[in-house]
Amino acid sequence: MRLTMERRAEGGKWALLLSPLLAVVLTLVSSVVIFWLLGQDPLRALSVYFWQPVSDAYGLQEVAVKATPLVLIAVGLALCFRSNNWNIGAEGQFLIGAICGGGVAVWAHGWGGAWVLPLMLVAGALGGMAYALIPAILKARLRVNEILVSLMLVYVADLFMDYLVRGPWRDPMGFNMPQTVSFGPEATLPLLFTGGRMNIGSVIALAVVVAFALVMARTLKGFEIRLVGQAPRAARFAGFSDTRLTITVFAISGALAGLAGVIEASGTVRQLLPGFSPGYGFTAIIVAFLGRLNPVGCLIAGVFIAITFIGGENAQIILRLPRDMTLVFQGMLLFYILACDTLILYRLRVVRPVDPGATPAPGVRS
Amino acid sequence: MTLAVAIALTIITAATPLLIAAIGELVVERAGVLNLGVEGMMIMGAATGVGVAIVTESSLLGVLAAIAAGMALSALFALMVLGLAANQYASGLALTIFGLGLSGVVGAPFVGIQREGIRRIELPLLSEIPVIGPILFRQDPFVYASIALVAGVAWFLWRTRAGLILRACGENPVSAHALGYRVLRIRLYAVLFGGACAGLAGAYLSLVLTPFWTAGMTAGRGWIALAIVVFASWLPLRAMLGAYLFGGLIILQLHAQTAGVNIPSQFLAALPYLITIVALTLIMAARRSAGRGSVAPASLGQPFAPAR
Repeated sequence: MRLTMERRAEGGKWALLLSPLLAVVLTLVSSVVIFWLLGQDPLRALSVYFWQPVSDAYGLQEVAVKATPLVLIAVGLALCFRSNNWNIGAEGQFLIGAICGGGVAVWAHGWGGAWVLPLMLVAGALGGMAYALIPAILKARLRVNEILVSLMLVYVADLFMDYLVRGPWRDPMGFNMPQTVSFGPEATLPLLFTGGRMNIGSVIALAVVVAFALVMARTLKGFEIRLVGQAPRAARFAGFSDTRLTITVFAISGALAGLAGVIEASGTVRQLLPGFSPGYGFTAIIVAFLGRLNPVGCLIAGVFIAITFIGGENAQIILRLPRDMTLVFQGMLLFYILACDTLILYRLRVVRPVDPGATPAPGVRS
Repeated sequence: MTLAVAIALTIITAATPLLIAAIGELVVERAGVLNLGVEGMMIMGAATGVGVAIVTESSLLGVLAAIAAGMALSALFALMVLGLAANQYASGLALTIFGLGLSGVVGAPFVGIQREGIRRIELPLLSEIPVIGPILFRQDPFVYASIALVAGVAWFLWRTRAGLILRACGENPVSAHALGYRVLRIRLYAVLFGGACAGLAGAYLSLVLTPFWTAGMTAGRGWIALAIVVFASWLPLRAMLGAYLFGGLIILQLHAQTAGVNIPSQFLAALPYLITIVALTLIMAARRSAGRGSVAPASLGQPFAPAR
């Protein structure tokens, strides 16, 4: 007796929307079980994770602050993953973006004018792009594995940030703390409302989502990216070059991750310091998959994951749960999404073997 | 001379976890499955290993628990990519994120508890031989196990029929299936073996190298192990060479740090990662100039579902 899979005839768009929702529900159910096993009141824990973060205006602003980098990075990663380019080093591109933009702020501290902020954003995006081009060019030219190169560069970026804030960029008045100066008003993104931290960065992220939704749906480049992922052979016959596409999608996703980094530095943290990122670059991978590798989907998924991010921080304080619990839920969520995708697109069927042994299983006929 | 011996010993210690994890992943990839979750399985091995060793006060039980933890995570991965034919890249990433998180939760009660590491085995008389004595005959059990693993895997893959079948599953699963071999079952065994090795490598970190638990203590070693497999062109003996090269570089960097070389410590700490990139680039450039195509197993990373 064994299991086989058959492609479902029906399905289509609704099934694809159903799968992430089902994955979220399954994650919630599993987390109830885990909370119960840990001796927590499941309902209270669920409310800390998923309800408290959105229960007041300040909390909602915090959700936007956390969702902004996640959405920006995920939109870029979605392009990469769609075209079979596995950029998993967005965390490094995010940090380099923060370093390049933050460098402008540190340099212009005390004398810069209105030009500082635009220059920071451009520097951050270009820095992230340049950093992402390292694995992209190595892959395009020599077929070096982009997963490993982009990931190794995360560690390098992390150490580089550490070096800068402990060495040349350390705030001279900072009592020897490993951090840069607090950015001046000329280098900080304006807030949208008083009494919170939500800033112009969230508006930029929204604009990026709209722009990329249009690009993917309405332009030839968008079609090319979708085609290469779905039917590489057909794409090659159509004359699309996959090496050029690799460079393009890496450059875009690096620029978006870098932009996210400089927005985080300038709008939210307002200085550089070790442990600058709580792992946005890695979490964005999950956001991209939860959002079905689609810009609007990434927006919705980014907001949801941002809620659990804050919920995880709250749970650490209120329920004394380890912070890594959030990672467990995130990993679980990604597993469920991938599993639901298969279960919705295919039907599992138990097949009794006709003749166990050397004869091929009945499924081979297809 | 004694300094050289000391350095050789530390290189072996640094290389052993890389080697154990790499040799496991090599078998997995030879069967056609790409498990990017090595880092996650390794750190779960480290957390479970030291936790069980502290609770039961037995290093042996710790090691066994670490192997079991690695296998459990790899079974989850197998369920995803073999049972449900899910995307191997994404599933591996999910496994790494999940493992990093779970290890933090499992390891939390054991933070800062120091214990005595697993001791070295000294063969009487032989270990007294100058130079080669301490290097060859005064090692911890993991080092011997890693050498045995390399030899065993090399023999299995190239000298046994089962090894040939396993490689066939990685090169051309459709043909292997047509010949009546149970491709998914063989891949399952390979994935479980890889999980066991990753767990064992994790146990080495938390029971020998630094005998206590710190979150994130693998520090990318699982990923370097993946790089070693590529660097080694999927050959066990070359994986050993690669692991010792990387081990040597890590130790060189540590010695440079303690010797007070006038380079910021962060730059030295970044060296293993940079060198991984350089090594991968050089090996790919060399393969290109030699005019050889890809040496990776032909079906690496592609899901196989017999009924589709």
